[in-house]
Amino acid sequence: MSRPRTERLVNLVTCLLSTRRSLTAAQIAATVPGYEHDPDDPRDHEAFQRKFERDKAELRELGVPLSTGTASAFDVEPGYRIDAREYALPDIPLEPDEAAAVGIAARLWRHAGLAAAASSGLAKLRASGIDVDPHATLGVEPVVTVDPAFVPLTAAARDRRVVAFDYRVPEKDAPTSRRLQPWGAVCWRGRWYVVGHDLDREATRCFRLSRIVGAVKATGKPGAYEPPANVDLISHVARWSGPLEHNGRATVLARPGRAAGLRRWAKETTPGPDGDRLVLAYADAEGFAGHLVGYGADVRVIDPPEVREMVIQRLKEIATRHEVAAHL
Amino acid sequence: MTSPTRPPRTSADRLARLLHLVPYLLARPGIQVTEAAADLGVTEKQLREDLELLWVCGLPGYGPGDLIDMAFDGDRVTITYDAGIDRPLRLTPDEALALVVALRMLAETPGMANRDAIERALAKIESASGDRIGAPLEVRLPGTADRLARIRDAVERQRALRTTYYTATRDETTERVVDPMRVLMVGGRGYLEAWCRRAEAVRLFRVDRIDALDELDEPSQPPAEAQPHDISDGIFQPGPELPLVTLRIGRGARWITEYYPCESVRADGEEWLVSLRVSDLPWARRFVLGLGPDATVVAPPDLVEQVRDESAAALDQYS
Repeated sequence: MSRPRTERLVNLVTCLLSTRRSLTAAQIAATVPGYEHDPDDPRDHEAFQRKFERDKAELRELGVPLSTGTASAFDVEPGYRIDAREYALPDIPLEPDEAAAVGIAARLWRHAGLAAAASSGLAKLRASGIDVDPHATLGVEPVVTVDPAFVPLTAAARDRRVVAFDYRVPEKDAPTSRRLQPWGAVCWRGRWYVVGHDLDREATRCFRLSRIVGAVKATGKPGAYEPPANVDLISHVARWSGPLEHNGRATVLARPGRAAGLRRWAKETTPGPDGDRLVLAYADAEGFAGHLVGYGADVRVIDPPEVREMVIQRLKEIATRHEVAAHL
Repeated sequence: MTSPTRPPRTSADRLARLLHLVPYLLARPGIQVTEAAADLGVTEKQLREDLELLWVCGLPGYGPGDLIDMAFDGDRVTITYDAGIDRPLRLTPDEALALVVALRMLAETPGMANRDAIERALAKIESASGDRIGAPLEVRLPGTADRLARIRDAVERQRALRTTYYTATRDETTERVVDPMRVLMVGGRGYLEAWCRRAEAVRLFRVDRIDALDELDEPSQPPAEAQPHDISDGIFQPGPELPLVTLRIGRGARWITEYYPCESVRADGEEWLVSLRVSDLPWARRFVLGLGPDATVVAPPDLVEQVRDESAAALDQYS
């Protein structure tokens, strides 16, 4: 931005902050340096109007609450002012350790747009008089990142607007179009989800943000729905991908010094002449059998017969498929 | 500590900086220009240009007494008239969101020191932002809080550690002495970044695979060449030197494309042809066996044979 333009915009802000009455464009042009023009010359006037539109857009983009109204019932021209209470950051009395935490939080972002937003937010806090220790640490640095769908989805949830997006689940061949009233976002085990009311399924649904393909489109008007009161977002995601009870017990024989990955989880380990007997807990027999097969000949299942059979069956299929593959 | 990457400064950046400079200086009467410049992340020259510009701005009338005014005392500056811009702007929704999400992540990180200060800061930022955050947000990170806290303490005390570590890529558990550098949480997992004296290199150790931990009576001394990893693109960034493996997978194994960085994924009817780089072939053999009948190795031929031989040897145990 050229120096005259920056100067003009600072003067526009101070002028509109200080006025009680809304000022019309003509009044602003007559007051704020940089808008001088001849209103009777159509070309000159048009140039002023374009300039003023650009400046208003610039202020709004910056978050300046530029309000439009008429100064009195007799005015037809719209007037402008900035309400100081709307403009000013409220006092946030942060203690030094709290300010340090905000400073650390602001530099954890690995998402370009939100990293910039965090820095400019921090700059405002500092401008309000808060000192932030730039060398503070908290011992553990979480890397904070979000999927591209995060910003449009949280904005839609804030405005209560319906969204539409394409959603791809790997097990399905093609993405499906979904329409959702988003309630909020959840980070569960390091992945982001959106929870809301699925308009096509007519039920509460969670979507993993990394599976959203393409753009999230906000459709319809703001304030289109009301999320349920006191909704527990986490519980919806947790129910959907919750932990399993490890109630099954299996005994396997592991070759001496091998299958370290299984030994770490063994409930009991009994050394024997032909290897070590490990007692292992498992949740789902099929998944557990797959896991055991990964250890190949280092492991032999003794018990239960169900898991033993599943392992044998899997090994047979793998052997057959790779027997053929080896001869291609 | 890495700083967030900033996009190039836009024109709006300068206007925001100028509007915030007045309240910033107002809150710090008599601050040194050099100190303010360093604090605001601009050069001293830039800051002086900003001050010169502000000096000719102010309220209508634009005479003495209307313009922003400041007093210089050597290298020190004090705002003596603010022309009404005595407060910074409110947080925008994105700014509030960015700060709140990062604070929540911090507060939910297991083993974090001074969680109380994080929670207090979060409450104050949320209440000041009001409905600007709007969208409800919840963060829950899994974790071994005790172990992370112990590791964090050792890092803070700058002690070397003797660890028992399970290396999944080799399926072996080894003892090693490491010089801790930092503790990270990435994608919901804790990592200790340390100089490994055994490997003589910087390594990222997954905290849930550290099976035992002893703090040694000697200081952590990573050598000068020990540089932290750049993890902006994830923890595992396979290089072109690693073996490339191609698998033909069925529907039940498609999840691997979400969990491992793949070089290519191609649909071939019902099946997918997936190519990915692996740290070594023995790991790939265990990986493929674990996927079961949902995966067949296409390449390299060595891996096809290894999988065939290993499954045949495993089957022999049951005959």
